[in-house]
Amino acid sequence: MTPATRILSSVAAILVIAGCTNYYEIPIETPIKPKLDVSAFQRVLVAGFLAGGTDDVDGNLETTRLLRSQLRTKSELRVIDTDVLPLMEVAAEAPGTPEVKAEPARPAPAADGAEGKEGKDEKAAAPKNEPKGEAPQAATPDKAAAIKDSKDLEPYEHIFADVEYWKKIGEEYQNPLIVTGTVMFTPHQRSGIVQREEEVYDSFGRRRVVPVRTYMERKGYILQPKFIFIDGRTGTVMHSENFREEVLYNANQSTPALSSYFELMDRLIPSFLSTLSSQKIKGTRVLLQ
Amino acid sequence: MRIRVLTVLLLLGATAAPLAADARSDAKKQVEFGITVAQRGLWREAIYRWERAAQIDPKYAEAYNDLAIAYEHEGDLEKARVAYEKALEIEPNNALIKQNYELFKEINDRTTRKDTQDDPGNQNP
Repeated sequence: MTPATRILSSVAAILVIAGCTNYYEIPIETPIKPKLDVSAFQRVLVAGFLAGGTDDVDGNLETTRLLRSQLRTKSELRVIDTDVLPLMEVAAEAPGTPEVKAEPARPAPAADGAEGKEGKDEKAAAPKNEPKGEAPQAATPDKAAAIKDSKDLEPYEHIFADVEYWKKIGEEYQNPLIVTGTVMFTPHQRSGIVQREEEVYDSFGRRRVVPVRTYMERKGYILQPKFIFIDGRTGTVMHSENFREEVLYNANQSTPALSSYFELMDRLIPSFLSTLSSQKIKGTRVLLQ
Repeated sequence: MRIRVLTVLLLLGATAAPLAADARSDAKKQVEFGITVAQRGLWREAIYRWERAAQIDPKYAEAYNDLAIAYEHEGDLEKARVAYEKALEIEPNNALIKQNYELFKEINDRTTRKDTQDDPGNQNP
């Protein structure tokens, strides 16, 4: 049975049943409980991320900024507005991490910039107890450029298991829920046969759209974030989630990296939010009599 | 003796059909009322009515379908799953129930993926 026949037969079956049964379409809203019980927290600190991939986008800064802004409007938690932690540098200085080429570290601006003025924001000073005596700084693009894939990030990921470090951060910000993790945003290209629709005109000038299979060079980006949720009271990891999204464009098309980054983040923000806050999914069902 | 047994069986058969019809009719009234109140947003009352309908006539697939929808609306996804499956067990070819169930499954699958920590299978495709 071809897909078209299958669809036709199921539509026919629905019509037959609908003919014999009284039915009523009804809108419903299904509440989805958050994946994580965050009732013990009143505040959330999106601390910063280990980031790598393209140097066109500062994955640490942009991800922190975006998540803070989303949480501010779509969760009950108060968002702590502070400087972004230079996690890469903190991790690099910890024992057991391969040496990272020293770069002059620049202080990162508060991730929320001008938009962080809403009522739910909590302005906070940078943590005074930065481990190893460092002031908060963002990973420089030069450092991020050295991280080309997820494997390059692995040597730094021990920072997430550093209970003492996170506990100190937690104490500094009055025991919030801490959101951190890794973000890989890498350029990507793929070539091969793709199907696209093409307009054709017959001898009578009538327009038709036909599927055409052509060889195409495409390029785009892959976004691989891992969100880690840490209990600021204990410094331990409560939950973590991995995601992978990719987008490809025609090779002739010039799409800015930042715009692709936001396009891909848009796809996974609902999943991220559903970890912390309950969501309602709207839909329609059919009541039968 | 045989005639007597046959007569009893025939009588039982003759009375069973109207009894079942009565049960269906009573259950249908509950279902109808449930639909009316659900349309006004009184989902808890609707659940009570549809549960009654399913008790009165345990073979009434439509009652289980409606009950499943109400449970879904209340966020009780496990009960919704059980009710949909019961409805489909009774009427496996009912396309409207199947359609509701497919839509429910999309949501249910999304929430059941949640508990995996650091699980590569947790990655979005």
